[in-house]
Amino acid sequence: MKDEVTREERVTNLKGLGSSRKRVEDARFTQGKGHYVDDINLPGMLTGDFVRSPYAHARVKSINIDAAMALDGVVAVLTAKDLEPLSLHWMPTLAGDKQMVLADGKVLFQGQEVAFVVAKDRYIAADAVDLVEVEYEELPVLVDPFKSLQSDVVLREDLDPTAPGAHGPRKHHNHIFTWEAGDEEGTNAVIDDADVVATEEMYYHRTHPCPLEPCGSVASMDKVNGKLTLYGTFQAPHVVRTVASLLSGIEEHNIRVVSPDIGGGFGNKVGVYPGYVCSIVASIVTGVPVKWVEDRMENLMSTAFARDYWMKGKISATKEGKITGLHCHVTADHGAFDACADPTKFPAGFMSICTGSYDIPIAYLGVDGVYTNKAPGGVSYRCSFRVTEAVYFIERMIEVLAIELNMDAAELRRINFIKKEQFPYDSALGWEYDSGDYHTAWDKALKAVDYEGLRKEQAERVAAFKRGETRTIMGIGLSFFTEIVGAGPVKNCDILGMGMFDSCEIRIHPTGSAIARLGTISQGQGHATTFAQILASEIGIPADSITIEEGDTDTAPYGLGTYGSRSTPVAGAATAMAGRKIRAKAQMIAAYLLEVHDDDVEFDVDRFVIKGAPERFKTMGEIAYAAYNQAIPGLEPGLEAVSYYDPPNMTYPFGAYVCVMDIDVDTGVPKINRFYALDDCGTRINPMVIEGQIHGGLTEALAVALGQEIAYDDMGNCKTATLMDFFLPTAWEVPNFETDFTVTPSPHHPIGAKGVGESPHVGGVPCFSNAVQDAFRPFGNRHTNMPHDHWRIWKTANDLGLHD
Amino acid sequence: MFALALIELPLLYSEVYRRQGGHRMITSAFEYHRPSDLAGALSVLEEHGDDARVIAGGHSLIPMMKLRMADVPHLIDLQDIADLKGITVEVGTVTIGAMTTQHDLINNKALLAAAPIIHEAALQIADPQVRYMGTIGGNVANGDPGNDMPGLMQCLDATFTLVGPDGTRSVKAREFYEAAYMTEREDGEILTQISFPVTNSGFAYEKQKRKIGDYATAACAVLIAKEDGKVTSASVAMTNLSDVPVLSEAAGAALVGTSCDAIAMKAAVAAALQDIDPTEDNRGPVEFKIHVAGIIISRAIARAWSRA
Repeated sequence: MKDEVTREERVTNLKGLGSSRKRVEDARFTQGKGHYVDDINLPGMLTGDFVRSPYAHARVKSINIDAAMALDGVVAVLTAKDLEPLSLHWMPTLAGDKQMVLADGKVLFQGQEVAFVVAKDRYIAADAVDLVEVEYEELPVLVDPFKSLQSDVVLREDLDPTAPGAHGPRKHHNHIFTWEAGDEEGTNAVIDDADVVATEEMYYHRTHPCPLEPCGSVASMDKVNGKLTLYGTFQAPHVVRTVASLLSGIEEHNIRVVSPDIGGGFGNKVGVYPGYVCSIVASIVTGVPVKWVEDRMENLMSTAFARDYWMKGKISATKEGKITGLHCHVTADHGAFDACADPTKFPAGFMSICTGSYDIPIAYLGVDGVYTNKAPGGVSYRCSFRVTEAVYFIERMIEVLAIELNMDAAELRRINFIKKEQFPYDSALGWEYDSGDYHTAWDKALKAVDYEGLRKEQAERVAAFKRGETRTIMGIGLSFFTEIVGAGPVKNCDILGMGMFDSCEIRIHPTGSAIARLGTISQGQGHATTFAQILASEIGIPADSITIEEGDTDTAPYGLGTYGSRSTPVAGAATAMAGRKIRAKAQMIAAYLLEVHDDDVEFDVDRFVIKGAPERFKTMGEIAYAAYNQAIPGLEPGLEAVSYYDPPNMTYPFGAYVCVMDIDVDTGVPKINRFYALDDCGTRINPMVIEGQIHGGLTEALAVALGQEIAYDDMGNCKTATLMDFFLPTAWEVPNFETDFTVTPSPHHPIGAKGVGESPHVGGVPCFSNAVQDAFRPFGNRHTNMPHDHWRIWKTANDLGLHD
Repeated sequence: MFALALIELPLLYSEVYRRQGGHRMITSAFEYHRPSDLAGALSVLEEHGDDARVIAGGHSLIPMMKLRMADVPHLIDLQDIADLKGITVEVGTVTIGAMTTQHDLINNKALLAAAPIIHEAALQIADPQVRYMGTIGGNVANGDPGNDMPGLMQCLDATFTLVGPDGTRSVKAREFYEAAYMTEREDGEILTQISFPVTNSGFAYEKQKRKIGDYATAACAVLIAKEDGKVTSASVAMTNLSDVPVLSEAAGAALVGTSCDAIAMKAAVAAALQDIDPTEDNRGPVEFKIHVAGIIISRAIARAWSRA
């Protein structure tokens, strides 16, 4: 039969790699048909709600639940005493520490969980929370990590002050760990002898991922069958299943964890929260399902924050600007419990990527973790582990060094970039960068924005300002970032002992459509769209005929979940590898059907053809059907495959960003006139989804740089627990973004793809911040801390005498 | 009845923790009343006294109830009372029913002609969704110093109509506000309408805020009438720069008779700054707010003058 469809059309019909296929998820999300945790309502279900601490540090003298229990509709009020017999009043954290599930004798941060009320509905539960009487005795509050390290006040009375912690010796009862990378002695020697040294201290403020949907869970213990089903906002459902099994003693095969639709995660939903544990215990105690869903204030006050790094840097260079060494020390405020979500061996995440995109021969990083009376956490908010902190640090140090050298910061970057021919590149702090072409990206970016023209315009504006003709100044923010994503190789990356591989299992149906299940879980990334595209190109079945399913541990293969831009680098690779197994078997089936040797057929878009005779072929649809209806000698029936992928290395996406900003020095109001973002994420799976990710990540970068923070007063009161004060930008605050790209494939990834969702955040924060700081550079500014909200910008202008 | 003193909403949240040790997003139980006429509303109010409160758009009251800072056993919803809605412009007077939404204010052509400053100000209140529900009556009656309409009403020299068990009375916007959330309105009264003279003065409502939906860091309403190149009358009022809206008579006086030149402008700003008393919050310290207020006031005056 004549094939009337051209090869080009066949490629297009697949909607495979490179296609800007529309997101298949959006049909339900845009019509209000998403199905989130709070949409789950099981027969007889009860609702839980927390009594939380009003104090940042206090001893709990007594808890009286009588009045609450007397309220009609209240079923139970759990306290630490009720959880203790089950050994569930404390739980392990991902960082090797432990955390109170419910206050055990004292509270350590405002909003800490004290008691869990279980009632017939949400309203009764809220009333009952009011009726639980807790008597507190206030204790001295430590909100400053430097003071905490000097204080006689012992925050964690449960820990032996002289015993080592999970990451080695502790220097003080409020000290958690010291973590080091690189050669301190050698670095100091280089810096001491250098022509030029720039030093700077910077605070990367505490903020919060603040997903639109807060955290929650529904636990349902079926006592007859001994099965626990747990629905929840989990970025890593399999890890939650393993942890739930280890904590509860229920065998893992009797636990089913389901992550339904998730309304954004950004790192906030990686950890395990007391609410999850309490909903499980309450369901075990009551024998009926129990739901817990937190509100916005609870989300901002008690679940995982991000950043809170006090960074001190020294960078040395030759007179010509060639960087010779970098020294970084971080005092890391981890809050009341060390609940950072990092691979086990990396208590400061991948902060050691802080040499950035530059060829720096020697470097040292030291990080000291500290307990304070603040909420626990330390997750990677839209970035790989602590990479936003690292990139902010180096991109500020470059700017400060440029000031010291009296050099243009774009040129300083250019002469220090790792060169294309140096890849794979071994960094001074131990990473092997897989691929990059930084000079090409930088030149393209600077040309696109007419960088020289911008600098001229800025100089004219400065002159006009000094002549009194304008009250606005102009900033040109630059950043060049290298992300490190795709954790990661099992040899050095694990979470609670589980190697950070990921997985994909594919079943081809007889009629030529397919389902693929993965160990990851989309929270808005669009996996159902993009993973189908990877498969379409690998196995020749249209993406529209492939269902992608994630998040149900009873059906999905084991995986470590979605965070740190690891899904495409790891699960995406597993998907391609599983697809190749399908293709290998399909080749044998095709050869049998065409009555030729296996080696005489080759894959062509959506079919196998006889080499040299492409008019003789079997489509993947025909091959799939044959797999189920023919007895093929030497082959099992069916067409399925599974792949567990342990990546040989991380992937290192990079990008070049430029922000052009006006600042009204009298009001402190910034106005972004232009934002250009060039991203290189290797092979591009779906350009439209990439663009959406860039827009989202830049929006969150704008938020963090220009105002989003979790702030405390001296009493440890959280001052920013509502969206009135916690800055979540809307369309009104967000500028137009111009996106661009280069393509430098990852050499070790099966399809050459790198992660991308977090790059715009990692590169965006320093870019916005550098724009503000660059505007003030001609007036003597060196560094000011984020967030650059109106009053802090105004204060910079005021401090520089621009209001005189 | 709603004496939250000088505490602003965000600070209230930590106060919630201090006092009650709990987070809040669920109100206490309440009885919901939805009368179809004003007499019905007044009778529920009279019957339950302090336990009852009327609700207009609900954008201030409902968050307070969710935080359990306001305990309202009887909530009287005014939205079915048709008499409380609508805008009329007759014989030089604008009359606006208390339940008229910000959205309606923005889209009313007669109002745009009679007092364009309302249009300019209402567009700077929150976002479209909020403006579909938020009403002018709720905005002026609540006494929240962050609300934009009270200062504007003082600038326009508006009159509020209050209806209560003892009948109807009028109170000038300029005499209505006593302290944060404390007004001239008696507990048994309902603010039913707002009226003010038609104005063809040059106008401006200038507001600095951190983001959409935020209260002003500083905001200023200005009306300037001009004849023969000189200011004949000027009205300058400010929002969120004290615990009540502030009309600066001295600022207005400093402009009258001048050509709104730099010296007059400077004098007016200096006078206005004498009348404010901002407090520190997450928007910034007092020093910053005073400086920004000066900038916003001078910009508002300049823009109003350019339109006079």
